[in-house]
Amino acid sequence: MKVAYWPGCVSRGFTPELHGSMAKVAPLLDIELVELDRAACCGAGVIAEHNQELADTLNARTFALAQQTDGELMMNICSTCQGAQSECQERLDANTDYREHVNTHLSEEGLKYEKGLTNKNFLWLLVEDFGLDELRSRVKRPLTDLRVGPFYGCYIVRPVDRLGIDDEHPRDRYLHQLIEALGGTVVDYAGVYKCCGFPIITMNKEASLTQAGRHVGDAIDAEADCLVVPCPLCHLNLDLQQPVAAKVVGRELGLPILHLPQLVGLALGLSPKELGMNKHIVRPTSVIDWSTSVVAAA
Amino acid sequence: MPEYTLRIRRYDPQSGEAAYWEDHTVEMGAKQSVLDAILKIKDDTDGSIGIRCSCQQAICGSCGVRMNGKPGLACNTHLDEAAERGHGTGWNPGLAAGAEAEELGGEREDVIAVEPMGNMPVIRDLIVDMDAVHWKKIQRVTPWLINKEPVPEREYIVPHENMVDVTQTMACIQCGACVSDCLSMEVDPGFIGPAALSKAYRFVGDPRDAEPKERLKDLSEDEHGIYDCTHCFNCIDACPKGVDPMSQIMRLRRRAGDEYHINDRNNGNRHERAFVTLVRDYGLLHEAELLPRSYGGDSWFGKFHPAAAGELLSSMPSAIPAVMRGKISPKLAALGHKIPKQDLKSVQEIYKQVDDPEHEVELNLYVTGYEDETPEHSPHDDEPDDHPGETVGAEEREAPAESSVPEPEEDER
Repeated sequence: MKVAYWPGCVSRGFTPELHGSMAKVAPLLDIELVELDRAACCGAGVIAEHNQELADTLNARTFALAQQTDGELMMNICSTCQGAQSECQERLDANTDYREHVNTHLSEEGLKYEKGLTNKNFLWLLVEDFGLDELRSRVKRPLTDLRVGPFYGCYIVRPVDRLGIDDEHPRDRYLHQLIEALGGTVVDYAGVYKCCGFPIITMNKEASLTQAGRHVGDAIDAEADCLVVPCPLCHLNLDLQQPVAAKVVGRELGLPILHLPQLVGLALGLSPKELGMNKHIVRPTSVIDWSTSVVAAA
Repeated sequence: MPEYTLRIRRYDPQSGEAAYWEDHTVEMGAKQSVLDAILKIKDDTDGSIGIRCSCQQAICGSCGVRMNGKPGLACNTHLDEAAERGHGTGWNPGLAAGAEAEELGGEREDVIAVEPMGNMPVIRDLIVDMDAVHWKKIQRVTPWLINKEPVPEREYIVPHENMVDVTQTMACIQCGACVSDCLSMEVDPGFIGPAALSKAYRFVGDPRDAEPKERLKDLSEDEHGIYDCTHCFNCIDACPKGVDPMSQIMRLRRRAGDEYHINDRNNGNRHERAFVTLVRDYGLLHEAELLPRSYGGDSWFGKFHPAAAGELLSSMPSAIPAVMRGKISPKLAALGHKIPKQDLKSVQEIYKQVDDPEHEVELNLYVTGYEDETPEHSPHDDEPDDHPGETVGAEEREAPAESSVPEPEEDER
């Protein structure tokens, strides 16, 4: 399938391994990525906190660009983009007057956002459009014996109404389902749906890193080999900042944190290095050991 | 009649014994409330269960508890809903127990785990100490109107749109459900929190109040104030009244920054301004500039500010390996990444048209509601089935007399 692909800023900035691993994984799943390289930052909730209309307009522009492509839908690889964009889209779709008003700012470029865009995180697309059965059939290296803790990130699980989470679309269980479909073992721990703390890293570093450190610690106590996150901002706090978080919570940590496409890529047979895991701050030793042991066994 | 098992968390701090779960089974209609069930158990089996309640109509806000991992009012949560609930929350002891029974070969049970709310000390069983946490925080925000002088002889005349603006916060019944699951408070008990900050907006947004600026300065400068919210949306899903506390906190930030230019010592406003400026100048976020500017000030020189230097030094343990391992390229760190020139120009044109505090438009869906009867705005727009839950609350509310959205022509300047 062909999708209008919004990688977000951080996946092309401080977590280049995310954008890179998505590019490696997409062809293995026959997903054609039409990159929205003309679109601007989603605002991550911060621009909306400054001026709601500005955030709505920037994202309406992104949606309009996506609608110009021949992609079936728009796909992102960042929980924060998903949440911030869903919030703007909710306002744009709820009120014709407002949408037309916002569209006046796009008219100079000849762009117009038409209500009703489908914008899905890679996780949602995998489960709802690609299908877990299809994914299972493509697994080359099942994640047998790999104990994976899901970490969703706030923006992709709340508010449940806005994100369309209900019994028919249990999107807050998709990471669990995905880990199982790839052959891994789901590790449940206290932090699954909690906040990584990243939004307040510049305002209250201690509170921010206490959150990150606590969740990583809880996952270690639950004997996880790694965590998987669909959000690069969570990855920054959980991986890049993990050594500092360890000091804040006063215990040793050292748990590898994987981006979602990296976990999928591992199961599809790519090597940790191809997936950019050598770029992580916490060396994904346990994951590499696991992958070599699987190769050796095979 | 369906059967429900209520797994109630029992705890008496004075007894010296640890908390424990106690199962009670009731036969009751699916649309009776969790509170009905607890009161029946108290009447029929065990009168010693502690729970606070009064009106039983979702008005007094006394019976806040956690049901299957999610906070809410016991009196307006149906038994069938409580047995199923748990989307977007973490550990769900009830569902786990129900599934366990199924795995053991029995029938799947409808188990509803009822616990006291979080973030507050337990007095007994389901009763928490609201005074020690919730009410103390409410008092912290000066929860009354400070009259503007001179006080008019008769009533104040207040514009309709201003009062509509604060109605959402006035819907709060002080039940504490948002406080219970606040993830910032979980790690920083000093955080003023969602309920009290919503209350603060009720007065900041009221044109009769004499000191909105002082209120905002106080709440920005406090290290546990508006910039301590981690934006996790838990309070939004917790609130049984649609107060949307996190959005009220964001509106406080918007006013503090845009209207009063309060440059707080917590880097809150600097971070916001740096973010907005960087997206204007690059089209994308320039992470390497965001950090120093958040500490040192919103310009390229921000990183040379003494406040930024210390922070930058302290982030070296993460930054150096990140550069060494090719995670952060030195070129990207120095120059950032930009969208194509023509597109950047368009983005900057949008900024010119929209980023003007004088003519800002804010759409509050609580006030305006959704214009469609059928939830076409639904995220599942590729599917014809309707999800009545999507707009619950909004569609029940009356539409205001006037729209807060301007006619498109008005804004073409």
